[in-house]
Amino acid sequence: MKPGNKAKAKIRKGMSLLRYESQLREPLVDGNKTYHDVTEDICRPIEAKPGKLWYVGFFISVALLLFGIYSVYREVVYGIGQWNVNHSVGWGWDITNFVWWVGIGHAGTLISAILLLFRQTWRNGVNRAAEAMTIFAVMCAGQFPIWHMGRVWNAYFVFPYPNTRGPLWPNFASPLMWDVFAISTYFTVSLLFWYSGLIPDFATIRDRAKTKFRKLTYGIAAFGWTGSTKHWQRQESLSLVLAGLATPLVLSVHTIVSFDFATSVIPGWHTTIFPPYFVAGAIFSGFAMVQTLLLITRKVLGLESYITIGHIEAMNKVIVLTGSIVGCAYLTELFMAFYSQNQYENYAFFYSRANFFSPYGWAYWSMMFCNVVSPQIFWFRKMRRNLWVTMFLSIVVNVGMWFERFVIIVTSLFRDYLPSSWGYYYSPTIWEIGFYVGTFGLFFTCYFLFSKYFPVIAVAEIKQILKVSGESYKEQMDKLEEEPVDEFASAAAH
Amino acid sequence: MAKKKFVVASFDDEKVLFPAVKKVRLSGYKIHDVYTPYPVHGLDHALGLRETSLHTAGFIYGISGTTIALGGMGWVFTTDWPLNIGGKPHFPLPAFIPITFETTVLLSAVGMVLTFCYLCQLAPFVKKHHFSLRATDDLFVMVIECTSKTNVDDLQSFLSNAGAVDVNVQEAEAGWWLGTYDKDQVLLKEQPAV
Repeated sequence: MKPGNKAKAKIRKGMSLLRYESQLREPLVDGNKTYHDVTEDICRPIEAKPGKLWYVGFFISVALLLFGIYSVYREVVYGIGQWNVNHSVGWGWDITNFVWWVGIGHAGTLISAILLLFRQTWRNGVNRAAEAMTIFAVMCAGQFPIWHMGRVWNAYFVFPYPNTRGPLWPNFASPLMWDVFAISTYFTVSLLFWYSGLIPDFATIRDRAKTKFRKLTYGIAAFGWTGSTKHWQRQESLSLVLAGLATPLVLSVHTIVSFDFATSVIPGWHTTIFPPYFVAGAIFSGFAMVQTLLLITRKVLGLESYITIGHIEAMNKVIVLTGSIVGCAYLTELFMAFYSQNQYENYAFFYSRANFFSPYGWAYWSMMFCNVVSPQIFWFRKMRRNLWVTMFLSIVVNVGMWFERFVIIVTSLFRDYLPSSWGYYYSPTIWEIGFYVGTFGLFFTCYFLFSKYFPVIAVAEIKQILKVSGESYKEQMDKLEEEPVDEFASAAAH
Repeated sequence: MAKKKFVVASFDDEKVLFPAVKKVRLSGYKIHDVYTPYPVHGLDHALGLRETSLHTAGFIYGISGTTIALGGMGWVFTTDWPLNIGGKPHFPLPAFIPITFETTVLLSAVGMVLTFCYLCQLAPFVKKHHFSLRATDDLFVMVIECTSKTNVDDLQSFLSNAGAVDVNVQEAEAGWWLGTYDKDQVLLKEQPAV
């Protein structure tokens, strides 16, 4: 039912209360900003020449990428023998890195989709960069299973299409096939979500462009956006539904990645706790990566007014929460291994993993320290708001989460059911490491280009919250507090 | 498309914009559109626009995805090329759920974005008339279409009185087809006070 005109008029009278936000909440935009200042601050880095540091960083990234390309070239030309993966450790570094990168991607979708549904307005300052990180991380992740196929020229066999090979269909009941669908859908939906938000911001850059070239390129990218009310209405509806779709999607993606392990009969993998444990770990590592990137980005581009200490603190809270969930999962795994009294499970957990003297014990305990012990420091407010501590821990957490995937894969595989296959200590070759380093190159090359040519903060979304959560507007909240609430409440009640 | 005459009024605050929209509509002028730098909540209602049905389209795309995935996998595994995989059933529904879900999401998202672009006429290389370049920066730009009966001077001073920071007249081609979505816009009439 639409409210009648009388009710509408009433709502409009008391509408100023809709702008009310308690002064106790920290402002999300610092400083005395107007709409134009927001545009200026965020678009300035795009229009200025990048600094020396940008060039240095960019060329290092490209160099790493080239090394990665060479490593992959060797793997394609000479075969999988260029890597140290062997008969029992078939997955090694390759799949470890795949799961690590996919996990990192998850924070972007959590910020852009789940926090949108929960109406967490602090997401508006960080979502653009976090979504970009998601897309680049998924691009990196996708490389590993593709090149791990060995005969990569047959990679298109995974797609189900009527073919002349039978038709030979992929096995839709296989978790590896689910992965193909999950990762490609995740990448596509993240890209669409990201770009549909970018269109209005590209239009902003187009309309203030001083050079012909910039006007042309951003004009093409802006798709002819005008800012019409009807278009905004549709755009809001689109992003809300996309958020609703991306929320179960992001949970499903890492669930399906965990199914790669959980549906097998390998001790240490065959557990029902894997999906929630993997999803929590993914968000944990993703937020750590967002912190690493944003701490540098906000400093270099001078965006401290938009990505405030409050934003950093909010993300650190997520890190301590998900880190503790992951810790809880580690302990549950150990207990279930003991409680099952299954000798293989016992061997995997108490001999191969949680044992200082086993060949890979060091990896297990590094993981325990980095993921479970270290983030507990974020229970202290002072630490959550300390940029150096945050920077250091965000890196520690990602090292820890890499070890988690390494431990899961290698310790379960290096001693299999057949003891005659044992006795080989798996360590990577230079080309396996090169491939991993190369994906860092890919990731940072993309991120450097993004930070130069794209608005790293969603301009329109910041303007939307400016007059509610901006520092200078908070002072006016006193006046709103004095307005009568009864009229507003009765008009707003349906 | 023929060129039309528009009166363009720019506002710098949404607090001024809302009453102005109401005044203009009450006076019987036809608002062509309001261009804003960010989605101003409630403005669509103030302009008398109907709710968008984009989400319904998304739902239809979604269930098409569900049907295609389940139907396709079922057809492959039971009819086209039934394989005995370890004696498991030919239609293992639980094992089909992940792919069915992913296809649902994929079709829904892709379909909705394409529909959005089609409805708003958004595509690379599309050129539209921009009434004010600051509409994507810091101004709220109200565009009113002039008919043969409109007294342009009156309208301009009326808009200035309503709080516009800048008023000008432009001749433009509102040539993309959705420019006329408010053809049947109902004029707002003041209700008698009770």
